[in-house]
Amino acid sequence: MESIAGKLIAVFFKRGLVVVSFLIIGCATSQPLYYWGNYEEIIYQMYIKPGSADPGSQVQKLKEDVNIASSEGKLAPPGLHAHLGYMYFLQGNTHDALLEFAAEKKLFPESAKFVDGLTGRIKNDIAKP
Amino acid sequence: MTSLSRNFKLLLPVLLLNISGCTTTPPFDYASFRQHRPRSILVLPPLNQTTDVDAPYTYLSTITRPLAECGYYVFPVAVVDAYMKENGLPSAEEMHGVALDKIRNIIGADAVLYVTIEEWGQKYVVIQSITTIKAKAQLIDTASGEVIWQGTQAVSQGSGGGGDPIAMLITAAVAQIINTMVDYTHDLSRVAHYGMIYNTEQGFLAGPYLPPQENDHCRPPQ
Repeated sequence: MESIAGKLIAVFFKRGLVVVSFLIIGCATSQPLYYWGNYEEIIYQMYIKPGSADPGSQVQKLKEDVNIASSEGKLAPPGLHAHLGYMYFLQGNTHDALLEFAAEKKLFPESAKFVDGLTGRIKNDIAKP
Repeated sequence: MTSLSRNFKLLLPVLLLNISGCTTTPPFDYASFRQHRPRSILVLPPLNQTTDVDAPYTYLSTITRPLAECGYYVFPVAVVDAYMKENGLPSAEEMHGVALDKIRNIIGADAVLYVTIEEWGQKYVVIQSITTIKAKAQLIDTASGEVIWQGTQAVSQGSGGGGDPIAMLITAAVAQIINTMVDYTHDLSRVAHYGMIYNTEQGFLAGPYLPPQENDHCRPPQ
């Protein structure tokens, strides 16, 4: 009895903190709403390990996430398309930046005001001589 | 080592986490939350009262997922941060000072989550090292300025325990080095967010992208 409990706890411990957190909260779970892929890890790397996540590598990873999400019939999480658009913008690729901002707005109308502001700025920049 | 002490050692992290989560508090008043029911949340980079310069952005890089899985639209944290920096707000302090109507008009957020980090990182206590995260947060409605939710989240993760003191001392020192290398706070900040948002008595009410939930709270996804 004691050793079974010990083994269970050891397994939980090895599986990591997230499992432990479920124990505290009470075990009720549901299906995730989104396919998360690399999005949060990229944000962590760009701030905590500067130089390890340049716009080019971010674009590559986030595009991969978008492809996996759509092939599995899942949604990209809030902010991913806008973040990808911003990385395109930093690369100087305004065309794809605008497409990604539009994708964010279509998926999440709550983003409209912010995305419209970013889009307007990019279009103004293009219009300048 | 006896089976009992081994079990105790394994249990220790769980116990520590439980202690921090079990303080008795009066029932949370959700009246304002229910009245305003935000669809979208802007999380600003947290204020940092610790000496760990990585704390605010480690926190920020792990907060989107639990909030979004609770049903909210979460603005892209890094894009908003860059946007504010480009517009003359280089620090979290200055970002926290932006008027709510400006945030509402320019970003369109229904609510802003203001976070202050109070403790972050490792303490070396006799023969064990303890990683602690403590942060207080307020969710404020941008239209009315009302605080619609607030809470303090504290979590600890310990390593070490009973047994041979010298062996334990070495183990604790090694664990501390390893923990420093893997940035233990990165995982622990996820635990802190889960505890804050998915707490069934003090946590967030479910957002618009979740189907109707039992008792209106969101649940951690699988």
